[in-house]
Order: sequence, then structure tokens, then C-alpha cells
Amino acid sequence: MAWFVFILLAVLTIGGALGVVVVRNVVHAALALLVSLVAVAGLYLVLFAEFLALVQVLIYGGAIIIVLMFAIMLTRNSDYPRITDNKQWPLAAVAALAFLGVLVPSFLINSVEGTHAQNASLTGIGESLFTTWAVPFEIASLVLLVALIGAIIIARSDEEEG
Amino acid sequence: MVDLVYFQLLSAALFAIGIYGVMARRSAVLIVMSIELMLNAVNINLIAAASHMDGTGKFANFDGELIAIFIITVAAAEVGLALAIILRIFRNRSTVNVDEINLMKW
Repeated sequence: MAWFVFILLAVLTIGGALGVVVVRNVVHAALALLVSLVAVAGLYLVLFAEFLALVQVLIYGGAIIIVLMFAIMLTRNSDYPRITDNKQWPLAAVAALAFLGVLVPSFLINSVEGTHAQNASLTGIGESLFTTWAVPFEIASLVLLVALIGAIIIARSDEEEG
Repeated sequence: MVDLVYFQLLSAALFAIGIYGVMARRSAVLIVMSIELMLNAVNINLIAAASHMDGTGKFANFDGELIAIFIITVAAAEVGLALAIILRIFRNRSTVNVDEINLMKW
């Protein structure tokens, strides 16, 4: 059963990702990315990480896809329906395959046998977040604040300045 | 149960697709989407390793899942900033194709 769900979600994840890098329409690419991200949330459920699956659906499926849709909508121009790729795409394919060729054998050689996924308690995650990881948590909130203020200042039009 | 190595292979494939997207796409929005794919590949790897932590049936710690939460936070901030920068470039140059933004080309 776990195998069936894993293979289904893996096919959805890889298929959505291929859609992002192959499809000619930008909006279709964003929808393919949404499929891939939601399938990744399902993979987190296979790994018994329920909280992460919830966070994935909320932040990626909700916030990030909407922001990317805004970026697509606000930057549309004449070549919007049929975008083209770089001329260097064969080089990109070679680089991706070379990366895969390094990573896959290293994972296969150093594979750990006999482990199984187990349930992580939400209580433990919360305790760890506010004890061991308390300082990175505060820094993350500062990073979010600075990034959003910076985004507002960068995107502001020239007439409002001064 | 699904072994750890299959999640690792899946995440490697996802990361490779992201690399291809970053190098082959021309639109800056699609490059940001490919970066999101790569961040997700890393998250799958981290959470799979955290869930499969040891063979004795006990959890060691939750570090992998917490690092994944921080990666998601930074990804949200990154997408917000990327939207602002893309909008600024589009307003100045009326294009978001990265090979036409060659102001600093020597």
C-alpha cells in the first residue's frame, strides 16, 4: 500500500516538475508546479510528517503559487503564450544528467538498509523548535520582515519616492 | 515500507530537473519556479532522512524536519523578493527574459 502511494506520488512529482521545465505556456508551467508541490506534500504524509505536509500545502500551494501567478500576470508581454528556451538548453541537459550521474551512484553505494519511516510527534517538533532551534527561529522571523520590507521598497514606483 | 534510498533517488531526479530549468529557461519567473523545485528536492531529502533516523525504533531528534521548515520560510521570503525584482526589471526594460537583461555585460 505504501509502495503504491509512493509510486503514484513520485510520478506526479516528477511529471509536474518536467511540466515546469518543458511546457511553453507560463500559466500551465505554474499549474504543473502546483501539481508537483502538492504531490510532495503527499510524500511527506508517506513519511509520517503530517505537520510538514500541512505547511507545504499552506505555504507552497497557497502563498508561493499565488505570488508566482501575480508575477506572471504583471509581466505579460507579446511573447507571453509561447515562450522559448535558451539556445544553451543541450548544455543544460548535459549538466543536469551529469549531476544525476554523480548523485545516483553515491546514493546507491551508500544506501542504508532496513530502516523504516516512523511517526514524528508534533510535541517533539514544537519542543525542539523553541529550545534547540529558538535562535534560528527568531532570525527566520527577522529575515521574513526584512525581505518583505525590501520587496515593498524595490517594487515601489518612482513617483511615490522622495 | 519504502526504503530511504528511493526518496533520495526521487529528490536527486527533482533537483536535476530544477538545474535543467534554471539553465534552459529564459523567463525569470520560470527560473524562480525551477529554484522552488530544487528547494523541494532538498526538503524531501531532509524529511526522509529525519523520518528514517535510526534502525533501533527510536527517534534521535527532529533536526531534519526543522531545517525543512526554515527552508520553506526562506523560500517564501525569496519568492517575495524575486517578484519585486522581476516587477522592477519589467518596468525598466519591458522584458523578463534573462538573456535580454545585459546592462552589465562587458
